[in-house]
Amino acid sequence: MFGEMFNADFFASSIRIAIPLALAGLGGVFSEKSGVVNIGLEGMMLTGAFTAVAVANFSHNPWVGVFAAVLIGIVLGLIHAVTSITFKANQIVSGVAINLFASGITVFLAWLFFQETQIMAVTNLPIWGISIPASGEGSTLIRSLIVIFLHHSPLIYITFFIFIIAHFTLFKTPFGLRLRSVGEYPEAADTMGVNVIKMRYIAVMISGALAGLAGSFLSLEQAHFFVKEISGGRGFIALAAMIFGKWTPLGTAGAALLFGFGEALSIRLQGILDIPVQFINMVPYALAIFVLVSAIGRATPPAASGIPYEKEVG
Amino acid sequence: MKPTNKINIYSFLANITPLIAVIFALLVGAIVIMIIGEDPIFVYKVLFSNALGNRDGWGNVLFRATPLIFTGLAVAFAFRCGLFNIGGEGQMYIGTFLATWVGFTFTNLPAIILIPLCILAAAGGGALWASIPGILKAKKGVHEVIVTIMMNWIATSLTFYLVLQYKAPPTADMAAAGIKQMIPHTSEIAQAARLPRIYHLLKALNIDFPAYNQVNVSFFIALAAAVLVYYILWKTNLGYEIRAVGFSPLAAEYGGISVAKNIVLAMVISGALAGLVATNEVMGFKYRWRQGLFTGYGFNGIAVALLGKNHPLGVVLAAILFGVLNYGGAIVNIFTAGRIPRELIMVLQAVIVIFVVISDEVVKRIIRKRRKIA
Repeated sequence: MFGEMFNADFFASSIRIAIPLALAGLGGVFSEKSGVVNIGLEGMMLTGAFTAVAVANFSHNPWVGVFAAVLIGIVLGLIHAVTSITFKANQIVSGVAINLFASGITVFLAWLFFQETQIMAVTNLPIWGISIPASGEGSTLIRSLIVIFLHHSPLIYITFFIFIIAHFTLFKTPFGLRLRSVGEYPEAADTMGVNVIKMRYIAVMISGALAGLAGSFLSLEQAHFFVKEISGGRGFIALAAMIFGKWTPLGTAGAALLFGFGEALSIRLQGILDIPVQFINMVPYALAIFVLVSAIGRATPPAASGIPYEKEVG
Repeated sequence: MKPTNKINIYSFLANITPLIAVIFALLVGAIVIMIIGEDPIFVYKVLFSNALGNRDGWGNVLFRATPLIFTGLAVAFAFRCGLFNIGGEGQMYIGTFLATWVGFTFTNLPAIILIPLCILAAAGGGALWASIPGILKAKKGVHEVIVTIMMNWIATSLTFYLVLQYKAPPTADMAAAGIKQMIPHTSEIAQAARLPRIYHLLKALNIDFPAYNQVNVSFFIALAAAVLVYYILWKTNLGYEIRAVGFSPLAAEYGGISVAKNIVLAMVISGALAGLVATNEVMGFKYRWRQGLFTGYGFNGIAVALLGKNHPLGVVLAAILFGVLNYGGAIVNIFTAGRIPRELIMVLQAVIVIFVVISDEVVKRIIRKRRKIA
């Protein structure tokens, strides 16, 4: 029974569930590493999810939709940067405002353009990789490996490369060092000639782009539609993944996979153990709380995270 | 001019930033309305004249403001302790369900016992739900923002499960026609658990007021809650401690105030306030839990608290403004045959929040600059 449960499809669906969490979580890593808390990831994801479907439907090209979602994520990131970096407003308040704005504007525009709050995607992203051999044909191991690794939406491969690039950028390049330094000790970075404000702007806009991309995956790829509040708290689960992953790209990816695994498992268990669907729906959120509690004492946030930078004058 | 007068002018400026933000947001709204191709002056005229032009409109505004006073007070109270309770939505769900359950279970009790019992259940349910993130924050240092959000989603699923367990039996008509409940709902609460509508009070005073208007006694409970919040925060030791923790946890701890204890207490009181939404939505209006009836009040409470500058009086005024926008927005939607979606109001509310945040900081800077010059 359990052998059947943990088959290749199970791992493939774990990965698919993990992708938006990983991307948004990586956005959180960039933002917080630079010293800016980004609670607005949820709203950026939601707006990205809407934009992706809306633009893909108008342009009849899913890639244009994905690109637009990334762009709108950057714009929202810019708004968060202006309020929380330039105006030094409370970063949590600014993030919450972005979430409220996203909830309103997506439903508003959905009504305006489509006269409904659920929009089906008329185009879909292709599947890249090797086609799955029919069962019984060839070895099951090869078939399983193809299902898990080589038969996916392009966004999954792109996510994989984004994580490798992010890891090297943050830890192996001067840019990454500067970005981390403004989040740990901005005064020192400033003295060394690093433009703290500029670095934080760039980091927050990167985080918006990643959250927008995560949103496009949710709507165009996972659901094939947009619906009101489709992000369903995933922006916050992504933050939990970021914390559990100790504010590193690879740790966040691992934590996101853990969430994907947990959610996929609960969906499977539902069929076997006859648990009410409402309890299955609670699993990702309960898991996030559990993960946060267990991360305490193990993980330390960047030292200057959440504190606006005041340049000393005179 | 003497410098003391100057500071007064700027502190006045700092207090009216919400007003500036509202004006800016209405301007943004006007631009959006123009882009849609409607006349903003006409739209705003319809909005405000219907909401504020007659007693029925006022009643509708106050009815919509009542739950926002509760959730706004909840956010404001926690904020005074330095906590961001964005779990008002979940706390409201649990409190409301518990109050409804008491209302349809203990049907033999007289009103004088059942009404306070329902109110207690509403506050207790919200407090219980908020205590979890409170304890996790106080004992483990887990950030309350993520936990309260997660608790919202868990509460949504939990109450959905519960309403299916306590689903009202089909009425005779429905059973005969073989119709199932479209939207799951519980049985009605006992007559003795219901709060009277304001209409009955005004009728006794011989004041003309439409009988169908839904504004009820819960509005006065909300006002009492605002007074109570003011009293606790500024007139009691508990309030002093809570504000000290909010101002500087380290200094408070140094001064002998238990940070952990006050964090839990602030969350519990905050959750209780959110739970009291039940008094308006169930005890005063629908008389039953209906799935999806009050979605969103918890989140709008955040905007109300920010606009009201986390002060009870500000919260009441901000809630009334949102009541005007919500009711007026619904009327505009009907007037323009749906060409102006109701969701425009949601966008306006978010724009108000962003402008409040920005204008607050701008004014703070102007004050700082002027002080340096002086």
